[in-house]
Amino acid sequence: MNPNLLERVRARLASEGREAEFAHGLLALSLPRPALLDTVRLLKDEFGFDLFLDVTAVDWPGRDPRFDVVFHFYSTRDHVRVRLKTAVPEKDPVVDSLVPLYGSAAFMERECHDMYGIVFRGNDDLRPILLYEGFQGHPLRKDYPKEREQPLVRYRE
Amino acid sequence: MNQDDQKTGAFEYLTTRKDELVGWARKFSIFPYPFVTACCAMEFMSVSSTIYDTDRFGAALPRFSPRQSDLLMVVGTITHKQAPILKKVYEQMCEPKWVMAFGVCATSGGFYQNYAALQGIDKIIPVDVYIPGCPPRPESVIDGIMQLQDRIAGSKHPIINETF
Repeated sequence: MNPNLLERVRARLASEGREAEFAHGLLALSLPRPALLDTVRLLKDEFGFDLFLDVTAVDWPGRDPRFDVVFHFYSTRDHVRVRLKTAVPEKDPVVDSLVPLYGSAAFMERECHDMYGIVFRGNDDLRPILLYEGFQGHPLRKDYPKEREQPLVRYRE
Repeated sequence: MNQDDQKTGAFEYLTTRKDELVGWARKFSIFPYPFVTACCAMEFMSVSSTIYDTDRFGAALPRFSPRQSDLLMVVGTITHKQAPILKKVYEQMCEPKWVMAFGVCATSGGFYQNYAALQGIDKIIPVDVYIPGCPPRPESVIDGIMQLQDRIAGSKHPIINETF
């Protein structure tokens, strides 16, 4: 158990364009896209964040860059969490995949790709996982109409 | 069947009574196929087991093969991704068959209106009895079963025809 772990992570990482703050007892880091993979490797190897909890995205319509991609990590030794956020534009919604570091990232990245259309460079299996083949668009983007249905079975008359 | 019986109306009388007989037999031997997808399953378990006991109505022997079942109980939300499976299960059931929409999600989509949820199973398969509630009370389910029984008892059963 290491009570000052998050403080040390903050001191180590809050530089080179990364911003760090504490929110609800976890450390939230914003960082530029190219720094993502190196930062995650550092968290994993140096600070022992061995569990990849989730990746998701936030859609900010009207903002540029439009999306935030959000990662959460957990340390099973120290029982603390870290959140990473990186912004990607609508035109080029690409971030590096974390599959080389965490195998469990593969499915979560597929879900994020389903719902928000974020492309994970290095994840070579981005087939739909919750949606189905042939689904048009990305339903959790704010500009997806909420009534729009894409049925697979023809409706009865 | 000889000519005299047809003149006197005996055949009509006989087939009416036979319809009643078959209807009576069928209404007390509804084998349900529980197509259970969501939280309504808890209520389904409750209504099947001791206190409410659908076996009193002959409707408590679940058959997990659509080919052996009479009543398709659609218990829970059906998504667009699941719809083809439901349709296939329905098509695999032998006649006579009935469909029950159990709870609001199966009936109309319930409070889901989004990219994923089918807005009622009657968009893809015909439904005989709808049971409202989120989830429905066991009493509602029993009422639904009894309404279905009335319907079965009162309907024609085409296995009774002039050659039988």
